Amino acid sequence: MIPLQHYLIVAAALFAIGTIGVLVKRNIITMFMCIELMLNAVNLTFIAFARYWGRIEGQIFVFFVMAVAAAEAAVGLAIIVAIYRNRETLNVDDANSMKW
Amino acid sequence: MTLAAFFFYFFAATALLAGVNVVLQKKTVNSAFSLIVCLCAVAMLYVQLDATFIAIIQIIIYAGAIMVLFLFVIMLLGRGPESLPSSLNTGYVAVPLGILLAVLIGQAAARYQSTTPAESAAPSSISAIGSELFSNYVLPFEATSILILVAVLGAVILAKKNP
Repeated sequence: MIPLQHYLIVAAALFAIGTIGVLVKRNIITMFMCIELMLNAVNLTFIAFARYWGRIEGQIFVFFVMAVAAAEAAVGLAIIVAIYRNRETLNVDDANSMKW
Repeated sequence: MTLAAFFFYFFAATALLAGVNVVLQKKTVNSAFSLIVCLCAVAMLYVQLDATFIAIIQIIIYAGAIMVLFLFVIMLLGRGPESLPSSLNTGYVAVPLGILLAVLIGQAAARYQSTTPAESAAPSSISAIGSELFSNYVLPFEATSILILVAVLGAVILAKKNP
């Protein structure tokens, strides 16, 4: 059987890739996708621990994380559409001022 | 190398390479398709961890519903390659910092010693998840429905023509 550490290291690498993506990319949709990548890395950690501790709670948590991610994607993409409608850009550097 | 080890390393490598590709691609559509590959590879890792139900909803909800939503928005707002100048400046700082983050978390994970034997089989069937969800976690489960209702209302109000 694969050691638990291998799953954790893969999850750590995925999380770091997502972090780099959020910091490097300027396109707001790509940044959003990198956030999904980070969520996914955490889900992998949950599932790995759930398997190796013989508990079901990790899978329940992943279930809730997915529900929150779905809600987040709906609201986030609506915000992106609203920003694009107001400013005609997807570059986050062009949307760095708030209304007030 | 056993078959299980081969599948683990194959899908782990696929997930990591697709994840890197999400960041490297210039076009948003290519990033989205890379992310779908990454999500499916992670779903295969879930299958290996005996979490078949989570693997199925990963493919249906994540790779299916959420990524289709992403692709809809990408194609709706369709733009060419993103402007690069500012991203290169932050890249010099962000990439070493990200690698440092991966090394730190990975080192902590590598030192982790499991206290329970790895062979203890998890109760991972759909019925086990369902009975747990509707007994101990029934309040969070119902709260999720309110969350999704609020998210639907928020998405409609935000995306309306003249808010």
